[in-house]
Amino acid sequence: MALGLYSLIEAALLCVNAIAVLNEERFLSKVGWATDTVSGFGEQPGMKSQIINLIRSVRMVMRIPLIIVNTITIVLLLLFG
Amino acid sequence: MDIPSGYVRQRKSAEQRRRQPRPDYGGGPTPLFDDTSSPSDPATYQGQQQGQGPFYGGMGGQQILSDPMANMAMQYGSSLATQGKDVMEKHIDRFISISKLKYYFAVDTTYVGKKLMLLLFPYMHSNWSIRYNKEEPVAPRYEINAPDLYIPVMAFVTYILVAGYCLGTQNSFSPELLGMQASSALVWLILEIVVITMAMYILSVATDIKTFDLLAFCGYKYVGMIGVLLGGMLFGSMGYYLALAWCSASMFFFLLRTLRLVILPDASHDMANSGGNKSRTYLVLAIAVLQPIFMCWLTRHLLPSQN
Repeated sequence: MALGLYSLIEAALLCVNAIAVLNEERFLSKVGWATDTVSGFGEQPGMKSQIINLIRSVRMVMRIPLIIVNTITIVLLLLFG
Repeated sequence: MDIPSGYVRQRKSAEQRRRQPRPDYGGGPTPLFDDTSSPSDPATYQGQQQGQGPFYGGMGGQQILSDPMANMAMQYGSSLATQGKDVMEKHIDRFISISKLKYYFAVDTTYVGKKLMLLLFPYMHSNWSIRYNKEEPVAPRYEINAPDLYIPVMAFVTYILVAGYCLGTQNSFSPELLGMQASSALVWLILEIVVITMAMYILSVATDIKTFDLLAFCGYKYVGMIGVLLGGMLFGSMGYYLALAWCSASMFFFLLRTLRLVILPDASHDMANSGGNKSRTYLVLAIAVLQPIFMCWLTRHLLPSQN
């Protein structure tokens, strides 16, 4: 399978976009992955709370860079196919 | 030529005078390699001792140095280069710590030979632990169990070349294919490291395995892949499967024994993270199982056609 570096970058961008669109109150609370229920100080964080933390931090940190990178990618794909 | 003479010079700076435009900067506390640079420039430029010659000596020496304008220009250029290098080092140091990276390349021939033997036949090795103190990383030349990055890098490049050769024997070679093979293998490696790192985070396995160590361990499979490709080319598909089985078993065993000491805590610490033992064991197993899968995946399409 001929994966190139551009494919990797595109796949990473799409994955991060997918994480960023998981809205907190519209979707995650309904599934039961809300962040306000897992803020205990237990010793073993557990797998679910780690994932929830990861999603929350990705959404918080990557909001602005994602806008920029998405815009650049869209423009480049429009220009160069 | 500027950079090696600068590094080499820093080791001997205690007993030598330094040239003005090159400030001293911090390297490792112990010299990582012997100074085998070329002997000094016989020109009379400030009477420097050996190890500082190559930059000016290589430029045909005397008639350039005797012209004062060119002299000043060269000095200015070298000071600019040094400043640029310092700025770049400071910036790069925030992402990849260069001083730690140097330790991974401090290898010598006996280490490389023994490590290659160990990668292909790890069943006789008895002592897998690394003797070093925790503060300072150990250069692999002193300790055979330490991971290094020299073998993975060289094995990667050799794998690309052998893959090109394989394609050539099937008359389907073109130079773009080399680049495609290289980027494809690199992408799979990056994906593997990212997946393992995320698995370590999600399972909250707090190990002290560093990213470069993980890169080194995942890069050792290229050695096996070269063996597999050579077996496949020389002995047909029977040889391919035999070599694949052998190298997979060796790599699996090697990684199990090595990672068991790094990731699983031994009985001497009874800390609270003994509850994560099951996850750690699964993680070690998963890393060790991933390697043969990748070895098979990345060499399958290079086989000569089944006849």
